Amino acid sequence: MKTSAFLTDSTLCIGCKACEVACKEWNDVPADLSGWSGLSYDNTVSLGARTWRHVKFVEGLPEPGMGGNGPESSAWNFSSDVCKHCENAGCLEACPTGALVRTEFGTVFLQPDVCNGCGYCVVTCPFGVVDKDREDGRAFKCTFCYDRQKADLKPACAKVCPTESIQFGELEDLRQRARGRVAELKKRGVEDAVVYDPLESNVGGAHAMFIVRGDPRTYNLPHNPEVPTAYLRRGWTSVAITSGVVLAGTLLAFLSSRARGL
Amino acid sequence: MSQATRLLPKLDRDEQKEARLGAIQREAALRLEPRSGAPTMPSASPEEGYYGLPLLKEPTWTWEIPLYLFVGGTAGTAGVLSAIGRLTHAPTRLTRDASYIALAGAMLSPPLLISDLGRPARFLAMLRVFKPQSPMSVGVWTLLGFSAAALTTALGEWMEGSRTGRAAFTLRAAGDAGLLMFGPLFASYTGVLIGATVIPVWNRNVGVLPVHFVASGLGAAVGILELRGHKQPALNRLALAAATVETAVGASFELSSDSVNQPLKKGPSGLVTRLGGVLSGPIPLALRVASLFARRRRAARLRRYAALSSVIGSAITRVAWVHAGHESARESHP
Repeated sequence: MKTSAFLTDSTLCIGCKACEVACKEWNDVPADLSGWSGLSYDNTVSLGARTWRHVKFVEGLPEPGMGGNGPESSAWNFSSDVCKHCENAGCLEACPTGALVRTEFGTVFLQPDVCNGCGYCVVTCPFGVVDKDREDGRAFKCTFCYDRQKADLKPACAKVCPTESIQFGELEDLRQRARGRVAELKKRGVEDAVVYDPLESNVGGAHAMFIVRGDPRTYNLPHNPEVPTAYLRRGWTSVAITSGVVLAGTLLAFLSSRARGL
Repeated sequence: MSQATRLLPKLDRDEQKEARLGAIQREAALRLEPRSGAPTMPSASPEEGYYGLPLLKEPTWTWEIPLYLFVGGTAGTAGVLSAIGRLTHAPTRLTRDASYIALAGAMLSPPLLISDLGRPARFLAMLRVFKPQSPMSVGVWTLLGFSAAALTTALGEWMEGSRTGRAAFTLRAAGDAGLLMFGPLFASYTGVLIGATVIPVWNRNVGVLPVHFVASGLGAAVGILELRGHKQPALNRLALAAATVETAVGASFELSSDSVNQPLKKGPSGLVTRLGGVLSGPIPLALRVASLFARRRRAARLRRYAALSSVIGSAITRVAWVHAGHESARESHP
């Protein structure tokens, strides 16, 4: 079975938000627009229960070649964010119901018919992706169009992207393509192009990679995402020691008072 | 004179209005150059991240969860007290009260957990799997085991004195074994539950949280027993130990220079944390030490104050940790 992945190339993104629209339409995701954010043209602000694709608008000072309609216009960088479908997924490990599963495509899928809305995945996602829908009660995130993939179709966002900024394919193919693309961009003078794929962190790589300009942190892509299972050993060791101490201590306290005949 | 000019009303120069326009102009001119320290347009940068928006999502838990953390901590340690009390032939009144606290906590916990769920009717979905790598899954099964043990013990207690003496003994023994096994785990797992998450202030303290929560729970359990009128010196000793640990834990947060621990010290969450800390640590510790040197009546009163302080402090401490978690998520940057 093939391993699916997204490669989102922000240098090709024109900020049209077709991916957001297509995602909502295909997956029947309710609207999530509470008003104007004032943060450039971004009004959905972050990924969440009702935003599974999110176009980030990084607006900066005028920069030749990066402006809008003239040299004095702001420089624009757009990047369509999505669930990273981590290799070691914090949400999947933490889910107490087994609602979150690894699919045959290697992606992370939240089964809405199993989720009971405990919210533990929300605090175990190192990318702040998954969230609980207050009205519905359950948690939601990108499904990687599991239903479409089953039918051999491209995910909705990748299908509608007019510039092929969102590419869908096999993980290793896309990894290679990302490296090639960055090399090409650098040759063309886009020196600050980088691939974001947290292979070095304990997330162990993502099924959604990004090509961005400059520091990925500018796009809220963390430098060192952490799967919180890394803290289990320390936590349970402490539980074991504490349990031993409280049992022994209580025994000692009761025995010593009995010894004094109290 | 043209038609248009004649249509305009005759305007008297109003000095006050002219001055106001001047003020507006001056104020607008100030915006030309951003002053240092003045609020600037939000921007995306490596340091601040995407427009300074938080990287992480805040916990979605409602008020039931901090209360559950308190109830679980109290019940878990009360279960240990009752089982060990019976093992060492402590007064029956004491062990019985302790096992009733354990039972009350075990019965109160599921409703609290279930009503926090987004889909309460699907609580049972938790019981279709056991996932050792998920502290919440481990916790649910721990709660189940603890509840079964507390119920069994209580049933044994209740049958005590009736004709079925042997059955009562067997039930109590089985229940006690369960309480000893699940009690400490029930009181401490919540430290791992919040510690093994991405919330910085929680995971930074994952090692100390189980100790902290057990000490807090022990203080509360002993406190409730003392408020019920129990005066065994064993209780005072345990409460002294708990208050000492709580004081040390609180001091370690105060002395920590780690910026991740700021929500424990600054702002509203810092205030709540400190309030819970002082009520659980230094105050009961001082009162109990003083009680050791006081006359009998005065000593009993000091201990009752200490007990009350510990119970309230324990509850506030759990609220504080959840509060600090929210603050920590809001401040998270990539």
